[in-house]
Parts: sequence; structure tokens; C-alpha cells
Amino acid sequence: MNKLPPYATLGQRIWFYSFRVICGLIFFFLIAPIITIIPLSFNAENFFTFTPGMLALDPEAYSLRHYQDFFTSPDWQQAMWNSVRIAPVATFLSVTLGTLAAIGLSQSHVPFKGLIMAILISPMIVPLIISAAGMYFFYSRIGLQGTYWGVVLAHAALGIPFVIITVTATLVGFDRSLTRAAASLGANPVTTFFRVQMPLILPGVISGGLFAFITSFDEVVVVLFVGSAGQKTLPWQMFIGLREQISPTILAVATILVIISIMLLTVVEILRRRSERLRGLSPG
Amino acid sequence: MTDTATGPAPDNTLSDAAPAGPVLAADGRPLKVSLNRALRAQKLRALMLIAPLLLFIIVTFVAPIADMLFRSVENQIVSETFPRTVMALDEWDSEGLPDEDLYAALTYDFVEAVERREHTRVGSRLNYETTGLSSMFRRSGRDVGDVGETYADQFIALNPAWEEPATWINLLASQDWTGNQADWSAARAAALAEGNDYPRREPQFQLAIETRLLLPETADAYRSFAQTIAEEDDESATQEQPWNSVYLALYRDLMRTDAATIAAYDGPGAAMLAAADAVVDGFETVDLQALYAEMDEGWVEMPIWETMEAFSDPYTAGYFLAAVDLQLTPDGITAQPENQRVYILLFQRTMFMSLTIMGMCILLGYPIAFLLSNLPMRSSNLLLILVLLPFWTSLLVRTSAWKVLLQQEGVINDILVWIGLVADNDRLALINNQLGTIIAMTHILLPFMILPLYSVMKTIPPTYVRAAKSLGATNWTAFWRVYFPQSIPGIGAGCILVFILSIGYYITPELVGGRTGTFISNRIAFHISTSLNWGLAAALGSILLALVMALYWLYDRIVGIDNVKLG
Repeated sequence: MNKLPPYATLGQRIWFYSFRVICGLIFFFLIAPIITIIPLSFNAENFFTFTPGMLALDPEAYSLRHYQDFFTSPDWQQAMWNSVRIAPVATFLSVTLGTLAAIGLSQSHVPFKGLIMAILISPMIVPLIISAAGMYFFYSRIGLQGTYWGVVLAHAALGIPFVIITVTATLVGFDRSLTRAAASLGANPVTTFFRVQMPLILPGVISGGLFAFITSFDEVVVVLFVGSAGQKTLPWQMFIGLREQISPTILAVATILVIISIMLLTVVEILRRRSERLRGLSPG
Repeated sequence: MTDTATGPAPDNTLSDAAPAGPVLAADGRPLKVSLNRALRAQKLRALMLIAPLLLFIIVTFVAPIADMLFRSVENQIVSETFPRTVMALDEWDSEGLPDEDLYAALTYDFVEAVERREHTRVGSRLNYETTGLSSMFRRSGRDVGDVGETYADQFIALNPAWEEPATWINLLASQDWTGNQADWSAARAAALAEGNDYPRREPQFQLAIETRLLLPETADAYRSFAQTIAEEDDESATQEQPWNSVYLALYRDLMRTDAATIAAYDGPGAAMLAAADAVVDGFETVDLQALYAEMDEGWVEMPIWETMEAFSDPYTAGYFLAAVDLQLTPDGITAQPENQRVYILLFQRTMFMSLTIMGMCILLGYPIAFLLSNLPMRSSNLLLILVLLPFWTSLLVRTSAWKVLLQQEGVINDILVWIGLVADNDRLALINNQLGTIIAMTHILLPFMILPLYSVMKTIPPTYVRAAKSLGATNWTAFWRVYFPQSIPGIGAGCILVFILSIGYYITPELVGGRTGTFISNRIAFHISTSLNWGLAAALGSILLALVMALYWLYDRIVGIDNVKLG
């Protein structure tokens, strides 16, 4: 697959190249939509397609007006501010509770481990609309519906499976004799945790946290039902914009979000490679 | 380590001390007990670490889901708001219209429900089952207060004291309550005189035991009146003339009870009561049924009573039946009328589209995973970024990208026109239909197919295919008979994941699906936020949840839930 051997027949050659072309097209399908919106967001007109001026690379046809829109519109700024206020708190909750539980789950002899794991992972599996419906009904009963904390708790619940999965995966490669060694040298469990275990599983915790963060930051279905107008987040504002009157400002927001995703992805990749290297797996 | 051990081991002293007993630990306890203790401590510590999160998930996530399941069968609103009617309906033989007793029970319930502003809620609940009932309840709510007016007028004409609140209190309230109420109003008057607020409410009304036995309907109707006005309007029965329905109840009680029993009563108000009883036979009567027919013809037709009877139980399967296009009728379970069957179709469409999306994902994901797993690590990691970037990009960004690309005036149509494949006035409709949903969702879910496939394919040793080829297999045979079967676990994992995710999708179908490309989730959202039929939304959600849970279980069996990998 890697290289075409010199003895390949004509048919094999054709297949080899056409397979590469097919794969190239599929990669194009994956990436092109995301890439296309970036230049479109600099459109000087209110159009969603490339104007002749843009195709001619005329500087007049490009502008930052949609970005200006985003940074000056009170609606978008409020939404941005809400997102920034909700996601980190939800992430903090998921990460602290999730890491503790993952450490508990990774011990031997945990009773009902399968059941507990299934319950903890379920927020990721249950369709969002069902979680949203249930939370809407239940949170209105207990007075959390339409409040900041209602949204934060809901998002924390949705982020937990990601923390559990990444941290337990990291703990699989954790050498238990290290904690025993620390204990034998006189460290108490808390010191052992913070000085020995935590630094080693930190990459897993951070990438779990990033997953939890992006889950909350991108989430729209649950916040749509559990939140009220005061908790309108960026995705919610985008959803309204897309459903009602689509304005190119959305493309500017989308571009900013793509850049945020690229940054997060880079961090996660670096962490993953680092932990693979630590575990002695082949480096990337 | 039994008593046959006789070597010079250091623990011989122990073995010698108890040659036939169990093995002991250092502290003298049997080893088994000691080990169990240690294990128990370990289990406890693990559970202590898990407990906070488990509790958190149960409160924030499991309880809401349970609440939704409960709501899908809950139906207390009819029996709570119209308790007397529901009880009277129990005795109704379902043949022909109900008798006057039931219309009287309906009046007592209805008047109270109107005062509490709950009748419209019952109306909309029953309207889910039989259309037209909502407006009937709303309209009749304005007139039902007049039922019994004829009797009120005649009682008052007989003796104006029947108009006085004090007469009724005297006749029906218990001594205790009258005393407490007097204390309360004195305390309140004193507080108000000093300019203070008096936040305590009037003591809850209580009936006198004798008249309750003597005039059961009147007592019940009067208590309903006294408690409702106290709770809803902060008014006191000592200051208000009773509702007309109370006079209706008194008339019915006096007609039913024989004169001797009334005459035997010697409590407060006995004389007035006896005087009224003497002439009550000569009162002008009204036909309740005719009165209700005047308000709305629906009250003298069968559907309202059949529906009320069918939905009088506190729990109902009605929402679930509605969710699969069936309905509960007096003749048992039947299909909905042809023009109202939407849900089976919607479930079928959701299934069909999810399967199509899953198929597309296999078709597009398999070559990519194959390529990635056969390239050297360095280049495959680079290409993997191209898969992970969409995975990390916001769902709404991807959906908006497709919305922009697929529009009639969008980039794809522009390119097609520019190439000359499509005429400018005949642009393709790529969005707001099933095609739009399938394209966008395939793109969104493709990474969920590629990643599990890739992680399985990475572990398939290339030597097998080489061995097959060396034994004379063609490329195709080697792939199809040797490589493909080994990649099936990856396909299974990816398929279930994509299918689970896609049948519950809401945002993308809502934005690019138009009318024909929407899923069952969109209907659930519609019932929660627009039609407010929460029971039906909960039932649809429960069915979807059951479906997903079955697949989740399957996934757990095939892949193992702790083997899920992210990125």
C-alpha cells in the first residue's frame, strides 16, 4: 500500500492510483466545507457565495465587516460572554468529579463496576433531545430550569463520560507500584495522589477536560431547553441565526470557532503523543 | 499451607500452635477474615471515590430521564381536577348519556376548577384524545357558574337569610373552626389596626359532623367553595355568599332525604332547614342536562364521557398508543384515523435515513481507514488530523457550512452552473429535504465511523494478506476472504456508534432537513416547546430511548463500553 512495487501490473497501477484519488476525494469532502467558510467570512457583500471580485482576488471584495459585526453586536457579545461563563465551570465540575471516579473505577475489586460504568457513560449515549426533554421536565420541577446553574449542571453531566473515558484509558497504563513505593516512603494518600499519580495522569485529565469543555462550548440542544434567554450561548445564537435569518456574521463566528477547534486539537494531539511516548509506544 | 507443612519456615510456630485450624495472619486473625477486611476496605475506598460522581449523575441526569419516563404514563390531571365526576363515571354503564347525578358532580368539580383556573388544562389534555374538547371546556367555563341559580333564587325568595354567609357558616362549619376563625380575624384586625401585615392565612375550613352526615352533597360543595376561595382569592367563607352550585346541592339533598330525618335534626339552623324542606317539593326544577346542552352540545354527546372515562385513571397508556398511531377508544385500542397517522411514518423515516447515513459512512469511511492503517505512522498521523479536525469542529459550524454550500444560490450550485452541468434557472434543490440531511449528517458522523475502524484495522497484521497472496489468491480474494472478515469488528462498532448518534439527532435535521428530512427528535422538540403535549413528547422519547438502550447494550456486548476511544 505504501509504495507501488516495481513488478505491479497495469491493473494494479490503475487501482493503486484510483484508490488514492478516491481517498483524496473523501478527504476533500471532510475538509472542504470547513475550509470554504473561512474565505467566505471575509466577503465584503452579504452573499454566501464567492463574488466575482473575490474570485479575481480583488482586495476590494474582501472585508472584515462581518467580524466587526460580531464584535460590536450586543447579542453576539452577550452570547459569547455566556459561553465563556458556562463552559469552564461545567468543565471544572466534570473534571474534578470525573477524575476521582475514574481513579475509583480503575481499582481492582469494584462492586457493580459494569453497571456503574454504564450509568456514567450514558449521558454520551442517550440522544441529546431525550436528555434535554428529561432535564427540562425535571429541572422545572426543582426550579433549576432557566437558571445559570441549571445549564452548568446539565453541561457538567454531559461532559463527564469524556473525562471518565480518557482518564480511565490513561490509568490503564499507570504503574501501581509507584503509589506503593510512595506509600512505603511515608507519603500519605493525598500527597501520593498530588505528587505521584496526578502528574502522570495529567495528560489524560487535560484531554478529558478539553473534551468536556468543547462539549459544553458546542452544546446547543440542552441549553435550548434548560436555559432561558439569559443563558443564550454562542451555539444557541448561531442556531437562531441559521434558523431564522442567516447573516454572514455566522460565518465569521464559525471561522473563529474553527480556529479555537484547531488550537484545542493541537493541544490534545501533543498530549496524546506525549503520553504515548511516556508509555513507550512508537512515537508519531 | 496446611498442617502437613513441617519445613523450617518462620511461621511454623503458628502452624504448630494450631495445626488443624485456619491459616492466621500476623495479628492472629484467620487469614481469610483478614483478607476480606482488606478487600472490603479497598472496595469501600473505591466506592467512596465514585460516590460523588454517581450521585451527581443520578441527580442531574438519571432522575430527569426517570421523570420523563414517568410523564409518559402519568395522567393525574383529570382525576385530580374532576374527582367527583370521575367517581360518578365509575358507576356509569357507558350506555347512553349519564344521569343527573353525574351532571351535578360535574358541576361541583367544574365550578371549583374554573375558580382555580385549571379547567382549560384539563380541556387541553382531553383535546389530545378528542379534538374540540379544549374549546368546549373553555367556553363552558364562562357559564358553569350559573348552574343552580334557579335554586339559589328560590331559596333566597323563601327566606333572605339563605343569602347571608353567616347562615351557611352556622349550618355547616364545625364549632372548632368557627372559634379558630374568630380568633384569627380578631388577631388580624388588631395587627392591621397597628398598620402591620398579618401574613398568616385563615385556618382551613372544617365541616360540622352532623350536617355533613345529614346533607352530604351540600357539605361537600360548601367545603369546596370555602377552601377554594380561601386558597385562590384569600377570601373568607364568612364574608361571601356561596356559589350557585351549593344551592343546587342543597336542593338535591333536601329532595333525596325524607322529611322525618330533616325534622329530627336539631342543630344550628334547624328551623330554616325544616322550613325549606317543607316547600322544596314545589320548587321549579331545572334539567341539568338541558342546561349543559345549552352551553355546548358536546356535553350531551357521547365522546366527552367516553374520553373522560378512558382517561380517568391516574396512569395511562394513551400517550404510548398515540406515539405508535393508535388510540384508546371505548371499544378498545384502534388505529388513528388515516390522516393523523404520522409517528410510525416518522419512526420509519428516522430508521431509513439513519441506515442510509450509516451506509454512506461505511462506504466513505472504509477506504479512509484502510489507507490510514496501511500508511507509515508519520503520514497516517498527518492525514488523521484531517479526520480529527471535523470531529473537533463545532457541530453548528459544520451545519452552517453545509447550509451555505448547499443553498440554491450557494457555492455548489454556482460551481455546477459554471461548469455547465446545471442550467442557471434550474438549480438543484440540495437543502431542506432528505438529501440535505443525509449529506450533512454523513459529513458530521463520518469521523465516528473512521476512528473505530482505524483502531481495529491498525491491529490486523499485514502478513495474513501476504500469506493469502502467496498461496495464489488474487488481490480481491485476499482482501475479501482474509482482510475484510478481520475488519468486521471495527465496522460493527462504527455502525452502532453512527446509528445511535444519528437516530437521536436534532440540530442538523432541524436546520437543513426542511419538512421531509426531519427526524423523530424534531417532533419531540415540537411537542415540548410548541404544542406543549409533554406526555406525548415523553412517550416518543421513551420509545427512542428504549431503541438506543438496546443498541447501547449491543455495543457493550460487541465492543465493551470501556473500549471506546476518543481521538
